[in-house]
Amino acid sequence: MTPVSRTDSARSWLMFGLGLCWLFVLLWPLLGIGADGVLSFAETFAVWGRIAAAALVCMVVWRLRRSGSLGFLDAPAGSLRDGMARVAAGVPRPVWLIALAALALSFPLYTERYAQDVAVLVLVYVCLGLGLNVVVGLCGLLDLGYIAFYGVGAYTYALLSIHYDLSFWLSLPIAACLAAVAGCIIGYPTLRMRGDYLAIVTLGFGEIVRILLNNWMSLTNGPNGLLGIKSPGIYLPSLADGFSFEHLYMRKLEYLYYVILVLAVFTVIAVRRLNFSRIGRAWEAIREDETAAEVMGVNTFLLKLLAYASGAAFGGLAGVFFAARMRFVSPESFSFMESVMVLAMVVLGGMGSIPGIILGALALIALPEAFRGFELYRMLAFGGAMTVMMLIRPAGLIPAKRMGKRGEEAE
Amino acid sequence: MEIFLQQCINGLTLGGLYALIALGYTMVYGIIQLINFAHGEFFAAGGYVGVILLAWMAAQGMTQSHPWLCMGLALLLTMIYCAMLAMAVERVAYKPLRHSSRLSVLLSALGMSIFLQNGLMLTQGVYDKAYPTEMVSGLVTFGGLQISIMQILILSTTAVLLVGLNALVFRTNVGKAMRATAQDKVMSALVGINSGRIIALTFAIGAGLAAAAGIMVGFNYGSVRYDMGFVPGIKAFAAAVLGGIGNITGAMVGGLIIGMVEVMAAAYIQGGTEYKDVFAFIILIAVLYFMPTGIMGENVDDTRV
Amino acid sequence: MSGPILELVNVTAHYGRIQALKGISLRAMPGEIVTIIGANGAGKSSTLMTICNVLRASSGDVRFEGRSVLPLSPDRLPPMGLCQVPEGRRIFPRLTVSENLDMGAFFRKDHEAIRRDKDMVYDLFPVLKERRRQPGGTLSGGEQQMLAIGRALMSRPKALLLDEPSLGLAPLIVKQIFAIIKRINEENRTTILLVEQNANLALQLATRGYVLETGKVVLEDDARALLGNPEIRKAYLGE
Repeated sequence: MTPVSRTDSARSWLMFGLGLCWLFVLLWPLLGIGADGVLSFAETFAVWGRIAAAALVCMVVWRLRRSGSLGFLDAPAGSLRDGMARVAAGVPRPVWLIALAALALSFPLYTERYAQDVAVLVLVYVCLGLGLNVVVGLCGLLDLGYIAFYGVGAYTYALLSIHYDLSFWLSLPIAACLAAVAGCIIGYPTLRMRGDYLAIVTLGFGEIVRILLNNWMSLTNGPNGLLGIKSPGIYLPSLADGFSFEHLYMRKLEYLYYVILVLAVFTVIAVRRLNFSRIGRAWEAIREDETAAEVMGVNTFLLKLLAYASGAAFGGLAGVFFAARMRFVSPESFSFMESVMVLAMVVLGGMGSIPGIILGALALIALPEAFRGFELYRMLAFGGAMTVMMLIRPAGLIPAKRMGKRGEEAE
Repeated sequence: MEIFLQQCINGLTLGGLYALIALGYTMVYGIIQLINFAHGEFFAAGGYVGVILLAWMAAQGMTQSHPWLCMGLALLLTMIYCAMLAMAVERVAYKPLRHSSRLSVLLSALGMSIFLQNGLMLTQGVYDKAYPTEMVSGLVTFGGLQISIMQILILSTTAVLLVGLNALVFRTNVGKAMRATAQDKVMSALVGINSGRIIALTFAIGAGLAAAAGIMVGFNYGSVRYDMGFVPGIKAFAAAVLGGIGNITGAMVGGLIIGMVEVMAAAYIQGGTEYKDVFAFIILIAVLYFMPTGIMGENVDDTRV
Repeated sequence: MSGPILELVNVTAHYGRIQALKGISLRAMPGEIVTIIGANGAGKSSTLMTICNVLRASSGDVRFEGRSVLPLSPDRLPPMGLCQVPEGRRIFPRLTVSENLDMGAFFRKDHEAIRRDKDMVYDLFPVLKERRRQPGGTLSGGEQQMLAIGRALMSRPKALLLDEPSLGLAPLIVKQIFAIIKRINEENRTTILLVEQNANLALQLATRGYVLETGKVVLEDDARALLGNPEIRKAYLGE
């Protein structure tokens, strides 16, 4: 612990005070002047006071930590964490996996409809997050239009189901392929660009897809969306009159839960296999240093395209399920904010880390459900959390093991 | 022909506004190579603060007696407000990440954008907020052309701001320091330029211009909305890229082109109105693909920041 | 006799995990020309960057006029009179020659004096006056070096750190530039800390010299003595 000089402490308190004054000036016009031009201070002070109090607590804790006064708390907390990590590591991996699988499989047995609904949503976002992870986490390409592939998947199944009565299971590979093709179409012109251009172009593409869905009335029925999508079907052996197969639509939520669970597990395994394959290593090489990767003989363009296409395919799969689950699709579900949600999961959980992303999806979907009263503040909190996360823990809640350090040391 | 000229003026108005927003993107990108996603939100905040200030002035009865003074004052105060907002955002969300990976800063910027947009929504509501457009009314007939005084006002304000910015960047010492910092941060520190302060100033100026655009968009369309920063933000970014990112003159030209194309496409292409938002994206993608340095990227090098 | 204007005490510095400076101690008296010679990667440029706080010292101290400058950010040093012309010159390529010179005087507010100093620089380097409206990036290497030195002079430095002013220049130009360095030193009594690969030239110009090897000072002596030192002649003067 380095000794902290008095001037340093005084300086940070000065900055703190200045920041709060600044914040007040920023808040007041938005809160203090009514639509009729009447000035008030009460609400501004209430909001500002709460923020100031919270900031004060953070500041005091931070100062105490800096000066070492909280050492008596830090030390036991650290050892407790170490101890727990050791216990967790002591239990063999298969045990963990079996426990997790049992928990996931038995989930609908002891929960109600509402919890299952949330669980289904979480799993959909796990699929999406993992798909986006291939692009962002493994390959290091920031994609802000990812939800477009989700939309392609959903609309593919919707159209196939309504017009051709194609089954859910057959639609899955078709939609995945179409989404991958869409990924290539979007990827081909954009992937030669530098990283931050890519972000804005993918954002633009995402918007183009949404605008197309909104305006191509003859195909997509515009903002009204498509109705009458069939649920996933299944053939059950039936012994009623001789041995035959009975076709059954899985409308019940439990069944749907198992369908998305299978999809999610498939995605986890596929992404994991990809991650540890030759291709995955090449992706990581591109992420860490594209020039070096190219010099070492990695075909960066092709591999980036592949990352894009495979990420898109996973998004397409999730989209098919989404359409089947809702039995209705409309462009509204594929807005930029959805892209941001998925991205926030990947970032919060830890880019490139599969358990991290699962945790991220859980946190971003389940937590807001738990705090229903604060529904309005959800996106506000997302945005804030994203920035705070970048400031204090850029690698995410569960950082990926093979993430290079280059990013932090750049320049 | 008259319709065409009318559309030209509409395109010029819109393009000027895009140019004002695009300047913030291009200056910030020029100096710290960051796409400031929150920039569109400065624009939206400007629209809101402007209408709030005007409402207050109306309540004081000032708008009836001195409409021009009120508009000028609202414009000035809003620009200052957004400059302060931008400096706060820069200090909190970007400055600590100056040595982090680009992805981290980009995500932080995205987080700020969402945060600010929802902050606006929470404080101001989800519905459109009407602008007191009746403050300036009247038409000027010019040949066969009818131009509203509001449009003339917007065009001239835009022109003044653009010229002023040009003078600031190319004539003053601070402007030179901004360009020097953009070109070589280490060297600018070695000659005694505090790059942190210059970067904060760049954010402030960009946000001030965006805020002015916000007010003028409010007057032009009659209302503002909490999420109005998003689409114009991307279009302005497209304008910045089109002009060659980092290039101030380029951003102005790019903004005018995007505005013109959008208005003309909506007017003369079948179904153009529904897809008018798509054109800017298509231009953006085409430019990045075929000439990534933009139309003014290489030849007019000395106007780069 | 006053103390040293610039003093390094046991300075160490790192790039990531790699230690670039392993305890450098050196000093320069007011009005002196001190040179640092050494092979590629010996830490010469790192030493200058550490003095200017661009590269943060891990330990040790850098004192300028008796005051430690380590807590200051790099942009605080030129106003104190400590100025560097870094390796590769680092002209602002898209600023004109005249604007580049203005940047050298950025922190100064005395406009009259700035104008006079600018004329002085133009006197010193007439070619810069001819090219004053041209972007710095379009100048030739020698002209850029002149501009870099001129820009540094605009801050009226008490101590000037020069990093490889001869790099990549034709011998005739190098001679010209070294003559001007000498003139600056003599006319303004500016202390000069000169880092050079061209040890022969540097030692002829300097009063004292330091020899750096892998981040350490291995030898310190009068320039004349170093010129005569057979080992130095063998290692750095190509004999």
